[in-house]
Amino acid sequence: MEKSIKKYFPIFALPTLVAFTIGFIVPFIMGIYLSFCEFTTVTDASFVGLKNYLRVFTDPTFVHALWYTALFTIVSVLTINVFAFTIAMLLTKGIRGTNLFRTVFFMPNLIGGIVLGYIWQILLNGILGNFGRTLTYSSSYGFLGLMILMNWQQIGYMMIIYIAGIQNIPGELIEAAKIDGATNWQLLRKVTIPMVMPSITICTFLTLTNSFKLFDQNLALTAGEPSNNSQMLALNIFETFYGRNGWEGVGQAKAVIFFLIVAVIAIAQNRITRSKEVQQ
Amino acid sequence: MAKNKNTDSQVSSVRRAKHGWILTLFFSILAIFYMYPIFLVVINSVKKKAFITRTPFALPDERSFFGLTNFVNGVEKTNFFGALGNSVIITVGSVALIILCTSMCAWFITRVHNKVNTGIYLLCLFSMIVPFQMVMFPLSKIANMMKLSNPIGIILVYLGFGAGLAVFMFCGFVKSIPLEIEEAAMIDGCTPIQTFFKVVFPIMKPTVITVAILQAMWIWNDYLLPYLVLDLKKYKTIPIVVQYLKGGYGAVDWGTMMAMLVLAIIPIIIFYAVCQKYIIEGVVAGAVKG
Repeated sequence: MEKSIKKYFPIFALPTLVAFTIGFIVPFIMGIYLSFCEFTTVTDASFVGLKNYLRVFTDPTFVHALWYTALFTIVSVLTINVFAFTIAMLLTKGIRGTNLFRTVFFMPNLIGGIVLGYIWQILLNGILGNFGRTLTYSSSYGFLGLMILMNWQQIGYMMIIYIAGIQNIPGELIEAAKIDGATNWQLLRKVTIPMVMPSITICTFLTLTNSFKLFDQNLALTAGEPSNNSQMLALNIFETFYGRNGWEGVGQAKAVIFFLIVAVIAIAQNRITRSKEVQQ
Repeated sequence: MAKNKNTDSQVSSVRRAKHGWILTLFFSILAIFYMYPIFLVVINSVKKKAFITRTPFALPDERSFFGLTNFVNGVEKTNFFGALGNSVIITVGSVALIILCTSMCAWFITRVHNKVNTGIYLLCLFSMIVPFQMVMFPLSKIANMMKLSNPIGIILVYLGFGAGLAVFMFCGFVKSIPLEIEEAAMIDGCTPIQTFFKVVFPIMKPTVITVAILQAMWIWNDYLLPYLVLDLKKYKTIPIVVQYLKGGYGAVDWGTMMAMLVLAIIPIIIFYAVCQKYIIEGVVAGAVKG
């Protein structure tokens, strides 16, 4: 069978492969090359070695954005997963209205980041207006605002995944633990959490990468104000490319560093939580 | 399995009787809080703009009520329905093309074992962890050079950048399809193309739905890729017109902004109401495989 399919390569695989080459492989390789160049468009690039990378770390906005993003990611991964898991636990107890609550909590996820950013801007500025402040008063307001927004958006999505994980735990397992006299806390620690570890792996992965790569919400909510202090990495890279003349190479070098950080986080996170998963 | 569910519901009915109503009450209040931001945007969309920033939490009254004027102004200013059309064309076109091409590609590279196909698979896996910022500058330049800066051309860009996840998910499913089914079809005289469309593709339906939902959610809401690739003088999508309300016309007119936010949310709510079951199942299935 393999032989007769093989001839059909141009029909089956080629269209995707051509698009993948245009949409990913070529831009990726060019991106790496351009990070060592000075350029304004892709055709006038001249090789400058590591100069761009040296400029990246002397750019205070980048260093600030890096720490801001790291802190934001840590806090949001923790809060989103704790809330989502708690809600999922409570919503699997078979209470009245479970389906309706699930529907409501998931809904914000379908709304795009730009639209969400403006929805929360009017709400949060309305509240802060009572104290004569706005979201762009200081970067900690932007941080909190973005945190509330991300929790509102992502909890529903993660909750759905946790609910599926919790419902997959065999009923006998819980019952056996109860007969053996396990308290609720022991049940949670020794049975439920180990059994939903695959869900925890995927949810921490998703929240981690979503938060770290956050762009739309950041742009719409504060656009980095005041004076780039609430700017996250993705927005910082965008601004370097399109907001400053002669910084395109530095922007590309930042993008490469950004990619490396995301890759390392993704791989490390996967290793760590996967190792905690139990065989079913 | 059926026995399991039975014991589950017995357990839960005991618990429900105990303190279920407290939880129901708690979640009802939480659900109201959850929906409040959207409610707030809706009430503000029918208020005059001075009242939106001054008293955003007040319900519209005689003085602040502005009818549908914000909507009329906003639609005119942003050409909203043009943007809606573009968003629909791009999303539907991209999702359809991604499903068709990547499912075929995934079946091919799973069934034919050689180094090239293993390489394609690994590249797809790799592309999933590459953030868009890494490729955005060269990609937008390439798209411009290849005249892809229109709603049809951008579909090809989405196929290219979205292929990784889709191929990966389809490959996972194809591996679980028993080879015997396809062999039987081939022995009965099907060509590989017939085998794929008459036998394999129908079996793939659950994964097709999952991939379609995940890609649609991403493409419909995507801002940066169309912003960089499309010729913005001629074509905008919904997220782009919303963002343009802030930057493109001087100071933000919160009246039209609120109206446009409402119009941007309506298609999503309709889509969610119609396909809720598939969306939630799709998200769960996508997470397990991802």
